[in-house]
Amino acid sequence: MSDLPDATRQGPKPTERLETAEVVRPSRWRAIWDADLAWSFRHSPVAMVAAFVTLALVLAAIFAPLVATTNPFDPSSLNLMNGFSAPGVPNAFTGETFWLGTDDQGRDVYSTILYGLRISLFVGFMAVLFALVLGVTLGLLAGYLGGWTETVIMRVADVQLTFPSILVALLIFGIARGIIPIEYRDQMAIWVLILAIGLSDWVQFARVVRGATLVEKNKEYVQAARLIGRSSGAIMLRHILPNVLSPVLVIATISLALAIIAEATLSFLGVGAPPTQPSLGTLIRIGQDFLFSGEWWILFFPACTLLALALSVNLLGDWLRDALNPRLK
Amino acid sequence: MLAFIIRRVFQSVIVLLAVGLVAFSMFRFVGDPIENLLGQERTVQDVERLRETLGLNDPFPVQYARFLGRAVQGDFGISYRQSRPVAQIIAERAPATLELAFVSGFLALTVGIGLGVFTAIRRDGWAANVIMSASLIGVSLPTFLIGILLIYVFGVQLRWLPTFGRGEVVQLGWWSTGFLTQSGLKSLILPAITLGLFQMTLIMRLVRSEMLEVLRQDYIRFARARGLAAKSVNFRHALKNTMVPVITVTGLQLGAIIAFAIITETVFQWPGVGLLFINAVQFVDIPVMAAYLMLISVMFVMINLLVDILYVWVDPRLRIDGRHA
Amino acid sequence: MTVPVPVLSLRDLTVDIPTRHGTLRPVDQVSWDIARGEILGVVGESGAGKSMTGNAVIGLLDPPAHISGGQVLLEGERIDDLPLAKMRRIRGKRIGMVFQDPLTSLNPLLTVGDQLTETILRHLDVDREEAAQRAIRGLDEVGIPSARNRMGAYPHEFSGGMRQRVVIALALCAEPTLLIADEPTTALDVSVQAQIIALLKRLCRERGMAAMLITHDMGVIAETADRVAVMYAGRLAEIGPVAQIVGQPRHPYTDGLMASTPAASAGQARLRQIPGAMPRLNALPDGCAFSPRCPRAQDRCRHDPRPRVGEADARAACWFPIEPEEDAA
Repeated sequence: MSDLPDATRQGPKPTERLETAEVVRPSRWRAIWDADLAWSFRHSPVAMVAAFVTLALVLAAIFAPLVATTNPFDPSSLNLMNGFSAPGVPNAFTGETFWLGTDDQGRDVYSTILYGLRISLFVGFMAVLFALVLGVTLGLLAGYLGGWTETVIMRVADVQLTFPSILVALLIFGIARGIIPIEYRDQMAIWVLILAIGLSDWVQFARVVRGATLVEKNKEYVQAARLIGRSSGAIMLRHILPNVLSPVLVIATISLALAIIAEATLSFLGVGAPPTQPSLGTLIRIGQDFLFSGEWWILFFPACTLLALALSVNLLGDWLRDALNPRLK
Repeated sequence: MLAFIIRRVFQSVIVLLAVGLVAFSMFRFVGDPIENLLGQERTVQDVERLRETLGLNDPFPVQYARFLGRAVQGDFGISYRQSRPVAQIIAERAPATLELAFVSGFLALTVGIGLGVFTAIRRDGWAANVIMSASLIGVSLPTFLIGILLIYVFGVQLRWLPTFGRGEVVQLGWWSTGFLTQSGLKSLILPAITLGLFQMTLIMRLVRSEMLEVLRQDYIRFARARGLAAKSVNFRHALKNTMVPVITVTGLQLGAIIAFAIITETVFQWPGVGLLFINAVQFVDIPVMAAYLMLISVMFVMINLLVDILYVWVDPRLRIDGRHA
Repeated sequence: MTVPVPVLSLRDLTVDIPTRHGTLRPVDQVSWDIARGEILGVVGESGAGKSMTGNAVIGLLDPPAHISGGQVLLEGERIDDLPLAKMRRIRGKRIGMVFQDPLTSLNPLLTVGDQLTETILRHLDVDREEAAQRAIRGLDEVGIPSARNRMGAYPHEFSGGMRQRVVIALALCAEPTLLIADEPTTALDVSVQAQIIALLKRLCRERGMAAMLITHDMGVIAETADRVAVMYAGRLAEIGPVAQIVGQPRHPYTDGLMASTPAASAGQARLRQIPGAMPRLNALPDGCAFSPRCPRAQDRCRHDPRPRVGEADARAACWFPIEPEEDAA
C-alpha cells in the first residue's frame, strides 16, 4: 500500500472553511451529518440498531413512571393474589393479565424491569461520570505537571490495574459498608455502588489522557500559550483537553457497558442495590430462586433487558472506536 | 537479564507492601477491632487491657510491621464471623478454587488461542465472522448470566449435570480434590465453562487482533515472498510473534480468573475462597477480606513475574547476555 | 535461431483497488520484457505504481488490490492466474524479492540460520545438513564475515547493511531466475548503499539472473541498470536503454525527472524543477496523466489517451516526444 497517495484512503471531507461571506454556510446539523463520523454511522446498520436500542431503553428508564403499568414499590398497588402469574395468561384468582408475568409478590415484571433499568442506568452513568472526571483530572495533572505528581498517580494506577476491577469494586464496597453504620447501609447502597464502580474504573481514562497530554504539551501552540503567560489551568482546559475528547468518548462508552455489567454483577452477588431499590442485577438474583420451580419469566425478562442494554452499548463503543480510529479500517 | 528480574522482584515487593498497607488499614480503621472481639459487655479496663495485648497502642509503623510479620507466617487473625483462624478457613477452601481456576484457565488458554488464530487467518470466512459475533455477545454477557443459562439448560431442563457444590471430594492430606470422583468431575464442568468463557473470549479477541497486526508486518510479507507454506508463515512466523504481546495480557487474565471465581462460586454455590470472600463482604468480616486481598496479590505478583520471565524467554531481543555477544 | 524467451514479460498489466469512492487504478496497462541477465530499473515518484507492479508480479497485492487485466509471463509461462499453492512454489524458487527496509524484513524471533534453512528446505530437495551448508555458503556469498558462526545469530545482532545482505541471501538462496528489488537501498546509510548495489549487480552477472530494480534514485539506476522504465501515475511513461533515458529522454516527464536529478544532470548549471505534483489516483486528468504539468502539452494530450511512440525496446507514451536533434539543439 506504500505506493498509494494518502488522500485516497480518507473518507469524504466535511465541508471545511466555508468562512467567506458570500458562501451560504450549511446548518450546523448538516455539517455534523456530513462529517466522517456520521457517514460511518449511516453506513453501519449495527451501530444504528445499537443506538436505537440504547436510546429506547434510556427513554424507557427516564419515563418509567409514565410507561409502567404500576409502581411496583408502592405496596398499596400490589395484590398478593396476582403472584406468579405466567406471561400472557390471565391470573386464576384475579383474572388480570400480565404480559411479562408477575413475581412472588404479585409485582408486574414489566414494571419492575422499567424501574430496575432506571437504577441500573443511573448507577452506570454516574459511575462513568465519576470515573471520567477523576481519571481525566488525574491524567491531565500527571501528564502536565510530571515529576513527583505523575509518579504517584501512575504508580497507583499501575497497581490498581493489576487487579480486576470487580475485585477493586468489591473491596471498596466492603470497606464502605464497614464505615457506614448499619441503619444507613441500604439507603446509601446506590451511592456506595457508584463510588465503588467509579473508583475501580478511572485508570483507563487517566492513562489515555496522560499519554495524550504528554504529546500535546510539547507542541508549539502549547509552548506559545505558555510564553504569553496563560495559566497552567487554562492551558490544560482550553488547549489540551479538547484534543483528548475523542479517545475519552470511546472509553466512556465502553466503560458504560462495563459499569452496567459491574453493577448488575455486584447486585447479583447481593452486595449492590438492595431489594427495596432493585436494579436489573437484583431482579435476576431474586429470579434465580424461582428458576427450579418453573417461574422462568421472573428471571428471563430482566436478564434479556440487561443483555440488550449491555450488548448495544458495547456495540456502540466498538463502532465508535473503529470510526474514530481510521488506522484500523 | 538477572538485573531485569531482580528489578521486577523489587517492584513486586513494593506492590505487596502497598497492598499490605491497604489491608492493614482496613483491619485497623474499618470497624473497631475491640468492639468486634469483646462484644457489648465490656469494661474500660477490659478494653485497655486488650488494646495493650493487641498492641493497638504502639506507633502505626510498628503495628504495620507486626501485621506484616504475622501475615508472612500465615497468621491473618481470627474471623469475626466464624471465630476461627482465617488461615485455617482459607486453607480448607483454597483447593476448591484452585482446581476450578486451573481447569477454567486451561480451557480459556487453549480454546482462546486456537480460535484467535483461526479467526485471524480466516478473517473473512463465514465461520470466523460467526465466532467473532458470538464473542461480542460473550463479552457483553455478564458471567453470572452465563452460569444461570448453563444451569437452566443442563441442570433444570436436561438434568445432565449437577448445578451446585463440588460433588464428592477425596482428601489427599490437607488438599481436597474433586478430580478423582465422577460426581466431582461432573460438578466441575458447568462452573469451569462459566468461569473460563469470558477470559476465553478476551484471549481470543486479543490473539486475533495481535495476529492480524503481525500478519501485516514486513517480515511476514517477506516470508510469503520467499514462498514459504501457509502453515509455516502462520504458525512458525506469525504466531510466535503474536505471543509476545499476548503473554502479558494472558498472564493477567489468568490471574483475573481467581478473582472472577467470586462470581462463579456464588452462582454455583461452589465452596471456595471466592464464596468465602463475598460472605465476608456482606458481613464486613474484615480479617477475611484483608487476608483474601493479600493472598490474591501475592498470586498476581507471582504470575506477573512468571510472565516477565516468559517474555524474555520468547523474545531474543530482551536477552541482553545473548549467545553471540 | 529462435528468439530467447524473456524471463519476465508484462502484457498490459493492470491493477485495480475498489474503494468506497470508486475504483483506483495504481497500475494501468504496463508492458515490458526483461531478458536473462538484464537489469531493468523502474523509476518514478512515490505513488507512481512501481512497488505495486512488483507486488503484482509476485502475487502479493494486499486485498482489495488485485490484477484486473493483462498478463504476467515468467519464462513464457503465464503466472498471474495460478492458484495460490502453485504461486507459492514460484515465490522464492523462481522469483526472489527484496524489500526496502531490512530492519523489518527479518523475523526478529528466529535466527538467521533458521530463516535461511527453512527457505532452502522448502524449495530444494536437500536434507537439513545440506541446507545448512548452502545457507552458510549463501551468507558467505553476500559478504557476511565468518558466516558459519553467524548462523545462530538473531537479526537484531546485525547492522542495517548486514541485515540487507542477509535479506538478499534469503531472496536468492533457492537460486531464482528473477529478482525483484523494491527500493533495496533507500533505508540504508549512503556509505552502505553503494556496497549493496555493487553486490546486487555482481550476483546478477554471476548467476545470469534477470532483475527488476525499483527505486526513485536515478544515481542507482544510472550505475546499475541496463534498461530503465519510467512510471508516472500508474502508467509507463517511457522505457529504453539506460544511456538513452539518461542522455536523450523523449518523454517530457523523463526529461523533467533527469533535469531535476543531480546525478543524471551532471554538468548542468542548475537543477530544474517540474512544476506541480503528480495527480492523485482518484483525480486523474483525461488523456495523458502528465498533461497538466507538461510544457509541451497540446489539446490532443488532454483528450486522447495512450499514445505509443517507438519500438518495443525503446518507447515513450507521448504524442509529441522530444526528438533527438531537438535535444541537441
